[in-house]
Amino acid sequence: MSGFTNLNSSVGYSQNSTPNGGAAPPYQNGPVQTYPAMYPPAGYYGAPPQQQGYSTIPGHAAPAPNKAPVTNNAHSANYYHNNHQQQQNHLPQHHVAPSPYSAPLSSAPPSQPYAALPSAAPPPTNAHYNQQPFQPHPPYATPGSYYGQQSYHPSSARQHPSLVPVTASGPGAPLYPIVSYPSAPGSSQYGTLSSSQSTSAPVGMPTQMVGAPLHQYSAAPPPSTTAVQPGYGVGPPGQTAPTVVNGQGSAAQNAVHQHYTQSHQASLSYDSYSGVPPGSGGADTDQPPSGTPSTSVHSSPGHHQGVQYGYVANSGASSASATTSGPAAAAAAAAAAAAPSSSSSDDDDEEEDEDEEAGGDTSSSTTGSASPVPNSYDSLEGGSYPDSMPPSNDMTNQAAPYGSYGYPSMQSAYQQGPASHTDASPSHDLYGQSGYQQYSQPFPNLSQLSAALGGLSGVPELEVEALRPVNLLQERNLLPPRPLEAPEPNVSSDLKKVNCSPQTFRCTLTSIPQTQALLNKARLPLGLLLHPFRDLQQLPVITSNTIVRCRSCRTYINPFVTFLDQRRWKCNLCYRVNDVPDEFMYNPVTRSYGEPHKRPEVQNATVEFIASSDYMLRPPQPAVYLFVLDVSHNAVEAGYLKYFCESLLENLTKLPGDVRTRVGFLTFDSTIHFYNLQEGLSQPQMLVVSDIDDVFIPSHDSLMVNLKESKELVKDLLTSLPEMFSQTRETHSALGPALQAAYKLMSPTGGRITVFQTQLPTLGVGALQAREDPNQRSSAKGVQHLGPATDFYKKLALDCSGQQIGVDLFLLSSQYADLASLACMSKYSAGSVFYYPSFHYIHNPAQLEKFQKDLERYLTRKIGFEAVMRIRCTKGLSIHTFHGNFFVRSTDLLSLANVNPDSAFAVQMSVEDSLADSSLACFQAALLYTSSRGKRRIRVHTLCLPVVNQLSDVYAGADVQAITCLLANMAIDRSVSSSLSDARDALVNAVVDLVSAYKSNVSNLQQSGLVVPASMRLFPLYILALLKQKALRTGTSTRLDERVFAMCEFKTQPLQQLMRLVHPDLYRLDNMSDQGALHLNDTVVPQPHLLHLSAERLSRDGAFLMDCSNVFYLWIGKCCNEMFIRDVLGCPNYASIPPNMSHIPELETPLSERVRAFLDWLQDNRAFSCTIHVVKDDASAKATLFQHLVEDQSEVASSYRDFLQHIQQQISK
Amino acid sequence: MAFTFAAFCYMLALLLTAALIFFAIWHIIAFDELKTDYKNPIDQCNTLNPTVEKVKKIKRVKIALKLVLPEYLIHFFFCVMFFCAAEWLTLCLNLPLLAYHVWRYMSRPVMSCPGLYDPTTIMNADILAYCQKEGWCKLAFYLLSFFYYLYGYVFHFRICPSC
Repeated sequence: MSGFTNLNSSVGYSQNSTPNGGAAPPYQNGPVQTYPAMYPPAGYYGAPPQQQGYSTIPGHAAPAPNKAPVTNNAHSANYYHNNHQQQQNHLPQHHVAPSPYSAPLSSAPPSQPYAALPSAAPPPTNAHYNQQPFQPHPPYATPGSYYGQQSYHPSSARQHPSLVPVTASGPGAPLYPIVSYPSAPGSSQYGTLSSSQSTSAPVGMPTQMVGAPLHQYSAAPPPSTTAVQPGYGVGPPGQTAPTVVNGQGSAAQNAVHQHYTQSHQASLSYDSYSGVPPGSGGADTDQPPSGTPSTSVHSSPGHHQGVQYGYVANSGASSASATTSGPAAAAAAAAAAAAPSSSSSDDDDEEEDEDEEAGGDTSSSTTGSASPVPNSYDSLEGGSYPDSMPPSNDMTNQAAPYGSYGYPSMQSAYQQGPASHTDASPSHDLYGQSGYQQYSQPFPNLSQLSAALGGLSGVPELEVEALRPVNLLQERNLLPPRPLEAPEPNVSSDLKKVNCSPQTFRCTLTSIPQTQALLNKARLPLGLLLHPFRDLQQLPVITSNTIVRCRSCRTYINPFVTFLDQRRWKCNLCYRVNDVPDEFMYNPVTRSYGEPHKRPEVQNATVEFIASSDYMLRPPQPAVYLFVLDVSHNAVEAGYLKYFCESLLENLTKLPGDVRTRVGFLTFDSTIHFYNLQEGLSQPQMLVVSDIDDVFIPSHDSLMVNLKESKELVKDLLTSLPEMFSQTRETHSALGPALQAAYKLMSPTGGRITVFQTQLPTLGVGALQAREDPNQRSSAKGVQHLGPATDFYKKLALDCSGQQIGVDLFLLSSQYADLASLACMSKYSAGSVFYYPSFHYIHNPAQLEKFQKDLERYLTRKIGFEAVMRIRCTKGLSIHTFHGNFFVRSTDLLSLANVNPDSAFAVQMSVEDSLADSSLACFQAALLYTSSRGKRRIRVHTLCLPVVNQLSDVYAGADVQAITCLLANMAIDRSVSSSLSDARDALVNAVVDLVSAYKSNVSNLQQSGLVVPASMRLFPLYILALLKQKALRTGTSTRLDERVFAMCEFKTQPLQQLMRLVHPDLYRLDNMSDQGALHLNDTVVPQPHLLHLSAERLSRDGAFLMDCSNVFYLWIGKCCNEMFIRDVLGCPNYASIPPNMSHIPELETPLSERVRAFLDWLQDNRAFSCTIHVVKDDASAKATLFQHLVEDQSEVASSYRDFLQHIQQQISK
Repeated sequence: MAFTFAAFCYMLALLLTAALIFFAIWHIIAFDELKTDYKNPIDQCNTLNPTVEKVKKIKRVKIALKLVLPEYLIHFFFCVMFFCAAEWLTLCLNLPLLAYHVWRYMSRPVMSCPGLYDPTTIMNADILAYCQKEGWCKLAFYLLSFFYYLYGYVFHFRICPSC
């Protein structure tokens, strides 16, 4: 809130927010005559529950926001401490440097690409890292690495001080962006934006311009804020002062304050470029390191170069002492303050102009050079996301711990720094000399190398294995013992180390064919699968004045660019030669100057930038959540409301957000009920709007309330809500009007709408008819109605997307609810869809459990608002089609109103021009979003793959899982646009085409049978599994909604999840051995082998676990070892196992521990926790398990062998 | 020098075809802009806040995409005129396009308002390419028919005195 007030003081801006500024136009939508439609609140809202609510709540109400500073401080203390320790460790012997770094990380799961995990499956970087310090031997053989001991030592020795700029500049981070933003060079953008926005929204009174914004994001502006407003208004001063300073000297406090004041003035007169008022230019920037902060704050815009260097020196110096002395830290803040002015160099004008043209409205293309945000390593949302983030009180609070948070985020960079600087970069020594020339060589060299490889002369082992022809009719054991890993791209080891994690970014062909002709010849789809907002344990977060980007294609600098010399770099996507900005020459990691290639941006394929105001169209929005709840009779019957309220009550404090977080509730049956939760009310007020044909909002400023301020009321509401409707007789559902109301409520801010729906909407706009004919469910002749029946939901979603509102749908319906139409509301607004068929709180405990677990994850997971994602690729490649939930705004730009860590995207690519002139193809996905704390951030992933000109190389690099997923996405598009049978035929043809293409082009052996390259040996199996999947199967009775939901999942689930949905993993549990077991934190995780999905692999004397991504089945054979049953299930014998067992008891036996360790390990990386079902051999539930045994014949679908034979017939035809 | 109904039809068709050519060009430009505009995202359905500079362009694109129905109607109109004038050959030449228009409008995505293009799928490369191709083909067809109508007009104008 405070941030906003401040921001809104920028002139161009305020107009924007006025329309909804609480004060100005309160009831524009609600004409007076419609008001009678509102009932008096008392009628609905019973007093007794209210009272109860009151009596209970204060007791257990945890004043979370108040906790925040405490937590912060605690953290800061911790990190501070760490920092210190490390320094101590470092100073005497820098050899040991790595250990302190990797030590805190050792608990990270192995999936983490950058985590230093000494014990389990160390990722390449890590291995490298761990080795390097102890390997004194000279450089690698590969030309790319000039690692030498000599060069390493200095850097590691310098490591510790380099931490400190981070720390030191930390305070600037959270505070500064907010303050400085009105003065941004991009402020002209605001002007334009606001004017355009004002056309779309009711324009408020212009006289209210400054005052009104205050109300926009805060339902009830506290007087303190207003008081501050003329000053700088970051927050209530009472809060600011102690937190900012955080125990520093009062001088520091002054400094900070003064600084703010200054920059605020700047913001008002934002024509002055640097964001510093002309008057403040008097004091110059070259502060002495120990400089008195108060003077160093002001910086003159006229100070270009000098300032920059000055800043470098400054932050370095101040950082050195930051750990010990308070004033010095303040000096760092001052240095940070100096930075913005430093960046206003002469060419800014030009840059900015270019930007205006280049799409100022898409925030992802903005200037890299002139940003007013000072150098600061953002702290709080560093990549490492703990389960629950400490809710912070204020924007200023975030600043408080003095970069202590910044430290962990930077840590990774640090860790990376020394680790990878060894590989992809020249050593220090080489620097002044031929270092750069040499550095630029790896790429050409690589091309020669891969060209040589293309010739098939010296093919590496891996490739030989991938190319080994496999006769599918003969080889029966195709599955690897462990779940399939993504194939490694055949690039040099240096590039491999920095390449993006396959979990985030994966390409169907890890060797990109040079031409479209070659791609066509291979008969494989080319595409990317990305999971851009995945929860990462570790992520380098970079804050710098300049986000270095290519001037022509706007690519972010990444590890795969080439440095031509010290001052120039060549873009790896468009090959333009760009200048290295001065600031980039300074490397905060090694704290040295002149090493642009060692910056974290160039050392990590996945980085996150804190974006400046250039990347904003409006001030970052607060986290706003609106819950739209179905309370019709049907919903009450299903009984979800109670569990929803419970879950939300539990997680209320864990909702991602900051002090500005706002929530609102809206319930509907045949009428729409709003809830007035304005602070100061004694109880929530219900406002009923029965006019569903012309929905209006009864009260503008009190329906979406600040969570912190109205927490008691929200809790009240949640406790009483389930009972309020328990007697309802209303069976109709006016979902459409309710959504319209929700849209109107949310459109001023944007945010997330969560819709709970339990039946087919029957009233008002968007009413739907039951389209499904249950008798046709299993008919083989085409499934109808896969597309939407009306475009109402789609249009609504597009409107929502335009206002940065994401709509998530929870459908808990026992009957047909036309998900095909309803899902549109989420599909085009980048939401997510959850479906619980035949949900009932008593009759279906399994669904209830799943619902509760999903809800918990859903409420607490990270969220990004007003996001856009742009995917850039090397010149010559072009994007063909996107798959996922989003709105495509431009050929390479996705508009994502919300982005959540569980949704993935697929992109089909095509080769437009020959890639012959490059040996590497790169893809870069940049996701620009507003974090739940109101920070604008850019997450950049870059993937680098070799380009090949031989068909055999294309096959060797084929990633069968990614291909299957992409094909599944394409098939789903096809089945909606054409027909299901078309889609199925296309999938079968994909296999036929591959086999015949391979036969005619690559394998010269005149073998009979089905021969495929080993890399693709699982392809027919996966395709068969796809054909038997709910989304695409025919013959078997499948409810339309379930089918449509399966299709939705295919479009949005990340690859690993999807593959388990398609082809579940089957393990035998009763005879697990310790061979190859993982040892993680004293627990032994056995690694049983994968089994083929065939009933012949199940034996009656065994116990088998099937992992279907969101559910585990534990199948117990009739003659299963009694010891297993006793030790694991806690039942004396097979007969006594209860029929609906859905948990594994925690027994003390070693076997039980083993099994549970294995289950936990399987669940470890999954966002949504899985349910487990114990299935007995004779139980009826057996059928659900057996439908997943895709290799077997079912009533309608063929077995794997039959399928292969069918393929063979097709080929010989 | 009688001004026959057929001659009138041809004259009318001539003028209208000129308009259609204009529409076709607009259509081509609109899709080209959609396709090639990497840096300035165009918002053809106005779902997102456009900046002021973009509004003009977006309007242009939107207009172009809205011209679909008028185009179909105009074409239908002079087909009817030719039918009335019993210009069978001309009508036959136009029938395929008429049939295509009917088919195209029948198979449009589910929409509550008149229109042909779904903003959510329009950026799909296949659809975009198809629409572009469609634009070029139509432009060619209208150009040819323009000259054909010109010829028809002159022909009917000239032979009339003799009869």
